[in-house]
Amino acid sequence: MTALNGLDLLALFGHFLVLSLLSVGGAITTAPDMHRYLVTQQHWLTDTQFTTSIAIAQAAPGPNVLFVAVMGWNIAGALGALVTMTGILLPSTVLSLTAGRWGQQHRETISVRAFTGGMAPLTIGLLLATGWVLAEPFLRAPEHRLGAVALIGVSVVVMLRTRLSPMWLVGLGALVGAAGGV
Amino acid sequence: MRAVNAEQPALESPQSLTALFFAFNRLALQGFGGVLAVAQRELVEHRRWLTREEFLELVSAAQVLPGPNVINLSLMLGDRYFGLRGAFAALAGMLAVPLVIVLLMTTLYAQFAELPAVSGALRGMGAVAAGLVVATALKLMMALRKNPLGPAACAVFVLATLLAVAWWRVPLAGVIVGLGALAVALAWWRLKP
Repeated sequence: MTALNGLDLLALFGHFLVLSLLSVGGAITTAPDMHRYLVTQQHWLTDTQFTTSIAIAQAAPGPNVLFVAVMGWNIAGALGALVTMTGILLPSTVLSLTAGRWGQQHRETISVRAFTGGMAPLTIGLLLATGWVLAEPFLRAPEHRLGAVALIGVSVVVMLRTRLSPMWLVGLGALVGAAGGV
Repeated sequence: MRAVNAEQPALESPQSLTALFFAFNRLALQGFGGVLAVAQRELVEHRRWLTREEFLELVSAAQVLPGPNVINLSLMLGDRYFGLRGAFAALAGMLAVPLVIVLLMTTLYAQFAELPAVSGALRGMGAVAAGLVVATALKLMMALRKNPLGPAACAVFVLATLLAVAWWRVPLAGVIVGLGALAVALAWWRLKP
């Protein structure tokens, strides 16, 4: 953990404020720029710290954006986590509350209906793409392929056919994986 | 029993800020590798606060706006029920406990990273997370039946988005500006009187 002075923290905060406004599709889409700033330019994080920050947040319950808190924590402890999380959330929160209220008031107008109707198939395409991006590393590695395909298939069928909480499936995945099945 | 029964009448809504907080807390704690799949199950199927169509609308809006999608979704939904206080109750529910957990895991991680069982478990959870997202997409596809674009155009836009993002790795902003503008224009043209 590097010792950051007040000015550094302010710069960190400012950088994440800007990234918040650029993070269309989720904070993870700005990860390449975070890497450039935190690892290459400022040397506040090592390459490994950067990658494991994302991996840990993926494995933990909760929104993926928490990887930003882990990075802040690795840079400057609790204060760092507070600075990066507030930075990444503040502008987007103001924007989505404003847009949400406006959209709700005008939801019967043609432009809002055209917008939500037009964007709906893109949203589904993006979800499928996310599934593909998450699955691809397993599918490319022959030693993981079979187990991963089986787990993915079971998850899809159980989700479509039952009311079981996804948590049980994640638990199953962890057990199968820990036993060497993936 | 098929869980995905089309329209169920009478939607419910949260009774208090506390109920809102715990609903989102519960939802976040079940969300490994992404919360959207759980959000669909909890908000649409379990609590019946939203129809599948409303959920898809909210996700679409949350997706286009900058910021984490599920966070935007929780803010907008909380705001709809109880105004600003609702927005922050939902946000706090989503973040407070998971934040503590992830920071605890960060401090523990260094000691256990080398164990093969730990990396294996992470892989297994990752594969399930992929399946959950795909299943959510398949379920939400049902909501496209009422879409103004019509089924053929919807199928084209779903496929084009999937290919652009997953195969050609087009930056998301480009996909939304390019394909999104086209889809919205077409929907507007179909809707106009």
